[in-house]
Amino acid sequence: MILWIIKRDLLLAMRRRSDVLTTLFFFIIVVSLFPLGVGPEMNMLRMMAPGVVWVAALLASMLALGRMFSSDYVDGTLEQMLLSPVSLSGLVMGKALSHWLVTGVPLVLMAPVLGIQYDLPVEALMVLTLSLLLGTPVLSLVGAIGAALTLGLRGGGVLVSLLVLPLYIPVLIFGAGAVEASTAGMGFDAHLSLLGAFLLVSLVFSPWATAASLRISMA
Amino acid sequence: MLTANNLECSRGDHKLFAGMNFSVKAGELMLVSGPNGSGKTSLLRLLCGLSVPDDGEICWDGINIRELGGDYRSVMTYLGHLGGIKDDLTAIENLRISCALAGCEIDEEQATDALRRMGLTGRETLPAKVLSQGQRRRVALARLLVTRTKLWILDEPLTALDVAAIELIKGMLEHNLSQGGMIVMTTHQELNVAAAATHQLVLS
Amino acid sequence: MTINWFKYASPASFYFLAGRMIPFFIIAAVILLIIGLYIGFFVAPTDFQQGEAYRIIFIHVPAAWMSMFLYVVMAFWAGIGLAFNTRLSSMVASAIAPTGAMFTFLALWTGAWWGKPMWGTWWVWDARLTSELILFFLYIGFMSLQAAIDDPRRADKAGAIIALVGVVNIPIIYFSVQWWNTLHQGASVSLVQSPKMATAMLTGMLIMALAAWMYSIVMVLMRTRMIILERERHTAWVSELKEGVSK
Repeated sequence: MILWIIKRDLLLAMRRRSDVLTTLFFFIIVVSLFPLGVGPEMNMLRMMAPGVVWVAALLASMLALGRMFSSDYVDGTLEQMLLSPVSLSGLVMGKALSHWLVTGVPLVLMAPVLGIQYDLPVEALMVLTLSLLLGTPVLSLVGAIGAALTLGLRGGGVLVSLLVLPLYIPVLIFGAGAVEASTAGMGFDAHLSLLGAFLLVSLVFSPWATAASLRISMA
Repeated sequence: MLTANNLECSRGDHKLFAGMNFSVKAGELMLVSGPNGSGKTSLLRLLCGLSVPDDGEICWDGINIRELGGDYRSVMTYLGHLGGIKDDLTAIENLRISCALAGCEIDEEQATDALRRMGLTGRETLPAKVLSQGQRRRVALARLLVTRTKLWILDEPLTALDVAAIELIKGMLEHNLSQGGMIVMTTHQELNVAAAATHQLVLS
Repeated sequence: MTINWFKYASPASFYFLAGRMIPFFIIAAVILLIIGLYIGFFVAPTDFQQGEAYRIIFIHVPAAWMSMFLYVVMAFWAGIGLAFNTRLSSMVASAIAPTGAMFTFLALWTGAWWGKPMWGTWWVWDARLTSELILFFLYIGFMSLQAAIDDPRRADKAGAIIALVGVVNIPIIYFSVQWWNTLHQGASVSLVQSPKMATAMLTGMLIMALAAWMYSIVMVLMRTRMIILERERHTAWVSELKEGVSK
C-alpha cells in the first residue's frame, strides 16, 4: 500500500516536473546569495559553508511542505485516504517518503556541487552529502506533522514555518556540526549516528502523530 | 445494519440537528434531503466516520463505528462532492489508485472494463484534466462497479450526470441493494430505485 | 468521603469556583512579591564579583523556571484534553500559553540586561539563553496555530498535538544546544554563578519563584474564565449571568 502511494506521488511529480525544479533552484539560489552578501573571502566562506547549505536545505524542504497534503486535500483524495481500511500511518509514511524522494534527494545530490562553490575539501563534501542524506528524511517526516496541522488554514504556509523550524534545530546543529567537525579534523561519527538516531525516532513517531493531526484537521 | 442513536451535530455555534434516530437494514435505501446548509453533507461525514458527532453514536451491527475503525471502513464506500480525481493522472490510473486506497486492488483490464461500462470508451488513457465534469464524475463512480462493500454513502452522486448515466447509476444502486447492500445518499433529483424499503430523511 | 471531581470539571462550576479562588491567589502573589523584592533588594548581600547588577536574577531565574515549567503543564493539560476529550483541560492549556510566553520573554529580556554589565554585550549565544529563545518560538507556534483555527474543537486538538511534539522535542533541543555550545566554546560565565550562594539570595529567589507561581495561577484562572464565557456564550447559565449583570 505504501508502494502505491509512493508510485502515485512520483508519477504526479514526473508529470509536474516544474514543482521539483523550483525547490531545487530555490536551494541553489539561496546558497549562492551568501557569498554576494558577505564577500568572496574564501576562508570565511569555507567556515560558513556547512551552516549555509544546511539552513538553505531546511528552508527548501520546508517550502515544499505545503504541497505534501494540500493537493490531495483540495481534490478529495485525502478524504479517501482517511476512509481507507489500511492504516493511515502507513499511508502518511508513504507520503513523507515520496516528499523526501522528490524534494530531499535532489538537495542531497546537488549539495556537493554547491560545496565546491565554497571550496570545501573532498572529505567535507562527502560528510556534507552523508549528513544531508540522513537529515533530510527527518525534515520531511517532522514537517509532515506541521503540514497536517495547518491543512486548509489561511496563512498556512507561514504558519507551518513557525511550527516546524524550531523542531528542525537539532537536525541543523548536528548536520552542520558533522561537516564542521570534519573540516576541523575531528571525528564526525558521533554527529552522524545522532542524525541516524533522530531518523529512527522520527520514523517511529512522526507518521503516527501526522495521522492523528490529519484526522483532527479533516473532522 | 447501520443505526444512529440520538445524533447531534453543529457547525460552529449553529446547531444543525439533534436527537436524530434511524436505522438502515440490508437491502434498504435512505434518501437524505433538505435545503442547502441543512446538514446533509455533515450527516454523511458523520456516518462514514470522518467527523465525530457532538452527541449520540453511530453503530454498525450494534458496535460503535469508532471502535470498529478499519473494520468499518472496509465494508463502507463514501463518495463525496470531491471525487478524488487527480488532473494529471489518466482515467485508468485514477480508478486503480482510488480502488487500491479502498482496499481492493484491480489490474489494468478490470479498470478498463469498469470505465467502458461507465460509458467512457476511448477516454481510458486521457488525463482527467481534459475530461468534462460529467465524465470525471463517471470515473469516480466507476469505483462502485468494482468494490464489494456493503454500505454505500453517496453525496449528490447524480450531479453533472446526463440521463443515460443516471439510468446506469440507478441500475448499480439496485444491484447493490438486491445483494443485501445498503445505501445512504443525498440527491436533489427524483429517483425511483427499487429497494426493500426506502426511508426519507428530511433535514430542515 | 468521596469528592465528585467531575463536578468541577464542568466549565460552569469551574467558572464560579475559579472566581472564588482568584482573590486568595492575588493576595498570596502580592505578599510573596513584596517579601521577595525586599529580600532581593535589601537583605541579600552585594555580590563581590558582580556588584549590584546581579540582583536582576531575582526576576530572571524565577521567570526562566516558570517559563519551562508552564510549557510542561500546558502540554499536560492539552494532552489530557486530547486523550479524554475534556473541554476544560484544553481551555486551561490555551490559557497557560500567553503567561508562559510572557515569562519566556521576561527571562530573555532580563537575561540581556544582566548580560550587558556582566559580559559587555546584550546577547550571548549561551546554551541557556538559546534554549530559552527556542522555547519562546515554541510558545509562539502554539499560540499562532490556535489563533489561525476558527473551530475551537480543532484548535484545542491541533494545539495539543503541537504542544506534545514540543515537549518530546525540548530535551532533544536542549541537549543539542548544549552540545553545540560546548563545541563552539561559548560564554564561560554560567548563570548560577558562585559555587556557594548566600542563603539570603537563595531564599529571595525561591520566594520570588513562589510569587511568580501565584501570579501564573491568577492569570491562568482569569484567562480560563474568559475563554469559558466566550465558548459557552450560548448556554443558559451564561445568559443568566449576563442578565444578572445588566440588572
